[in-house]
Amino acid sequence: MPAVTETREQVEKLGKSSYEWGFETDIEMDVAPKGLNEDIIRLISTRKEEPEWMLEWRLAAYRSWLKMKEPTWAKVTHPPIDYQDVHYYAAPKKKDGPKSLEEVDPELLRTYEKLGIPLHEQAMLAGVEVPEGEEARLPVAVDAVFDSVSVATTFRKTLSEAGVIFCPISEAIRDYPDLVKQYIGSVVPVADNFYAALNSAVFTDGSFVFVPKGVRCPMELSTYFRINAKNTGQFERTLIVVEDGASVSYLEGCTAPMRDENQLHAAVVELVAMEDSSIKYSTVQNWYPGDENGRGGIYNFVTKRGACRGARAKISWTQVETGSAITWKYPSCILQGEESVGEFYSVAVTNNHQQADTGTKMIHLGRNSRSTIIAKTISAGKSDSTYRGQVKIMPKASGARNFTQCDSLLIGDQCGAHTVPYIESRNMTARVEHEATTSKISEDQMFYCRQRGLSQEDAVGLIVNGFCKEVLKELPMEFAVEAQKLLQISLEGSVG
Amino acid sequence: MSELLKISGLHASIDADGTPKEILRGVDLVIPPGEVHAIMGPNGCGKSTLSYVLAGREDYEVTAGSALFKGEDLLAMEPEERAAAGIFLAFQSPVELPGVNNANFLRTAVNAVRRARNAPELDAVGFLKAVRAATKNLSMADDMLKRNVNVGFSGGEKKRNEVLQMTMLQPTLAILDETDSGLDVDALRIVAEGVQNLRSPDFSALVITHHQKLLDYLGPDRVHVMAKGRIIRSGGPELAKQINEEGYAAFLKEAA
Repeated sequence: MPAVTETREQVEKLGKSSYEWGFETDIEMDVAPKGLNEDIIRLISTRKEEPEWMLEWRLAAYRSWLKMKEPTWAKVTHPPIDYQDVHYYAAPKKKDGPKSLEEVDPELLRTYEKLGIPLHEQAMLAGVEVPEGEEARLPVAVDAVFDSVSVATTFRKTLSEAGVIFCPISEAIRDYPDLVKQYIGSVVPVADNFYAALNSAVFTDGSFVFVPKGVRCPMELSTYFRINAKNTGQFERTLIVVEDGASVSYLEGCTAPMRDENQLHAAVVELVAMEDSSIKYSTVQNWYPGDENGRGGIYNFVTKRGACRGARAKISWTQVETGSAITWKYPSCILQGEESVGEFYSVAVTNNHQQADTGTKMIHLGRNSRSTIIAKTISAGKSDSTYRGQVKIMPKASGARNFTQCDSLLIGDQCGAHTVPYIESRNMTARVEHEATTSKISEDQMFYCRQRGLSQEDAVGLIVNGFCKEVLKELPMEFAVEAQKLLQISLEGSVG
Repeated sequence: MSELLKISGLHASIDADGTPKEILRGVDLVIPPGEVHAIMGPNGCGKSTLSYVLAGREDYEVTAGSALFKGEDLLAMEPEERAAAGIFLAFQSPVELPGVNNANFLRTAVNAVRRARNAPELDAVGFLKAVRAATKNLSMADDMLKRNVNVGFSGGEKKRNEVLQMTMLQPTLAILDETDSGLDVDALRIVAEGVQNLRSPDFSALVITHHQKLLDYLGPDRVHVMAKGRIIRSGGPELAKQINEEGYAAFLKEAA
């Protein structure tokens, strides 16, 4: 019962207004009522034991958000979202979860099986409620590859010896307030866009990484290892700061499809790279895409941006996007430092009724800054996929260079692929290249593969993986292998 | 079993702008195990169509007749099932697969077929050993394995790559659709030797060709002349010589 006691204390601390919304404490001990207002934000801040400045920051974001409208320029359509019909503070996975694997969508289980995920981990991923007392055995929600607390603890020790901070952002706000205060919102300001403002007001979790001067992070950091990764939640906030000459590689996501009751996801990721530093950020996103008729599925509105603040700083985004009903996501680089480097490697797969509008922005401010964009789009079924990219060369960015390559692969004749590049150069010495291709998997290719003994699905997998090779090779090894399998599974049933 | 492949009264047509166009008009053909048969015939007589229909290409509709392979109904099988059963088609124009590594493609195919034949899969080392031996026999440069399937290959390299796949997939019936076309003398010899190396009581071949040269190397057991969608004459190797000297005109007149 300590959780209830704690909750009551919190409520009492909040004073009079808190009684107005109260808590549904009967079963779901920690769920705020639906809707968004300043009291809810105060509750979140209090529950997270945040300092006053953080609360003020959230409230400022909320007040900006109230005046903002959803962006409409993306090529996605969805019914209107009722933002007052969302729990902004909750642990929804514990609510109404399936009681056993029998209650889980068999399609989902079939996919887990194909990915080779052991049974007890399948249960975890599917959000099956774990009987009391057994929880200790299943420590980290997405810990599908490596076992557990001991591993995580060992890693934490190695990291702290190197001086690297890697912890949940809520912990960082409490333990390293000066660092967080200095950088949070410095790349994605609170009022940057509708979804970023919403995230700033209500984010409840995410990661914080700080790599001090001259340190190469001794291991790849992954949300796999993060304690508390279980409650990644729908409004994730991640902040990664890498000082002069330091470097880090960060992996986000999981190849196994995650079941989640939250339809709306709006994450913010901010990266700060100082002089001679580098950040490699890899994502495999496989949220529930909805059923084959397009019902359900996650709406994923993400703001990801990195700033190369120092000379020769480098930020590299790699993403494999196969999930979500709607993906709205443009990992970007602000190349302020001289000779700084921005990279974007992307594979976006859509099937059935999925919609993806994704791409990047490369903003060149520093002299001789360089950027590379390789975007691979695969559309199947009745899906629609758009690459939207902006390359902007500012007046001072003499000698800036960009190379962009966008390739689309169509499977079947009911899907769509679109490429929307925005190129703006304000410096005569800059060089910008853009290449784009669209192709289909031909019947000749399919027949050739099948004549050699490959099933249709293996053939599609092979061709699609070949199509994406340039991007997949940017992924860390173990991720790349899983991503290949994932691509194939995502496109199952799209041919024949 | 005296028949590896038995084709009886096979009719097949292709969709030409909405109306079916009949191309095979009653093909009868028997290939016993261990034999090499050649099919010759003028352009457009249906030779390539026959090879596609046997391999299971979906563009063609079989309207009558049957094809039994090892006693089983070949026409009821999916293309990959036919491959597993032992049918290999060396393409006249091998297809390019951009981004797909040649060695990886070959290993995936070999293991798919081995799985279907209940043979143990080859691991990386075992595969490499087998494939190195095969490429050496075919005088292929090692880097062809590292390149993408048929992408940027010369005509000769593509054909050699087909023979490499054939060697690795160990078919019981190989159909060679004008594999000799566009090859220079040396390449032709290497390709022919590649086929000869497979000769055994468990290997048969159906060789579609316009040229005497390849048949000189292979020494076919039977030669068939095809015209207007049917086999109009069958005989020994001397038939090929006769065609080489006199052309098809005499046969066509006979068939008309």
